[in-house]
Amino acid sequence: MLNIIWPVFIIISFLYAIFNGRVAEVNNSIFESTKSAMELAISLLGTVCLWNGIMQIASRTKIIKHLTKILNPIMKRIFPDIKREDKVHKEITMNIIANIMGLGNAATPLGLKAMKSMQKQNKEKDKLSNSMAMFIVLNTASIQLIPTTVIAIRSSFNSSNPSAIMIPVWISTILAASTAILSAKFLMKRF
Amino acid sequence: MNAINYLSNLAIPFTILIILVYGLIEKNKVFDTFIEGAKEGIEIVVKIFPTLLGLFVAIGALRYSGVLDFLIKLLAPVIQFFNIPVEIMPLAILRPISGSASIAIGSDIISKYGVDSKLGLIASTIMGSTETTFYTIAIYTSVVGIKKIRFVLVAALLGDLIGMLSSVIICNIMS
Repeated sequence: MLNIIWPVFIIISFLYAIFNGRVAEVNNSIFESTKSAMELAISLLGTVCLWNGIMQIASRTKIIKHLTKILNPIMKRIFPDIKREDKVHKEITMNIIANIMGLGNAATPLGLKAMKSMQKQNKEKDKLSNSMAMFIVLNTASIQLIPTTVIAIRSSFNSSNPSAIMIPVWISTILAASTAILSAKFLMKRF
Repeated sequence: MNAINYLSNLAIPFTILIILVYGLIEKNKVFDTFIEGAKEGIEIVVKIFPTLLGLFVAIGALRYSGVLDFLIKLLAPVIQFFNIPVEIMPLAILRPISGSASIAIGSDIISKYGVDSKLGLIASTIMGSTETTFYTIAIYTSVVGIKKIRFVLVAALLGDLIGMLSSVIICNIMS
């Protein structure tokens, strides 16, 4: 995708700038942009490292077990076809927990593993099963507890309160995720 | 609104507190574990930096050449329908497509209109509450080699739309 979008953005901008007499602005923007990318990366480095470290501690404690227990009733509702003693059940739960804790790097491999396990039980191999479809929908919803990247971006722009967005993010996330899940449940029976 | 601010401020310290207390009670080597995880964080940032850099240059070019403002003007009449501020539109379009591109365009919006302005808050909330839908669907389906994805894209994009609309509404109420 980016192999097309990226060059097109740049080519269109440069041509537009040449025809509209904004060459100097665009030229300056190249160096401005590299600088802001650098500044953001440094700010991200601090937040991401801190959060990864904290979550590493969490992953060694019983918090995971407790979260799994809390998730069980929800899992039963969202994935009625998956039995609790099944291996896939654990893979899905771990993926969801990794997502909640904001560990994208851990969540994706777990999620892919769960997809492969679900494909084994899938009756029509060329079509997503209900559980697989629901699982992907769930992963397209951002169910992260602490939106670390956004907070890092906000603090790199010297916000007076970088984490002020936390509650708004939670409310929007819950609304977005429930919409996605409910519409998936609804569409599942028809398509 | 003070209560919302207070809870927002409480979330991170409270989470860290709980995790540390758990770690101590279970007699883990808390600091060593922390260092281990933090090291991994360096890798993550180093890995995404080239993508970020490339996209920042592209988005910067779009902004300073005037293309972005031109597109915003063009889109304005269509967007009023959804009640999303026009300035946010580039983010709303790129958000489901690429994570790094939405970081770049989100930062661009924040730096242009101010981090604590209404538009800055909306952009932040959208970035925090939605995911890169297309990318996620692509990797999760390709790992099992499935092309018939049924209703997945529709349901996911509906979720994104509601997430964006509620971000706008909530930030309008807040500021």
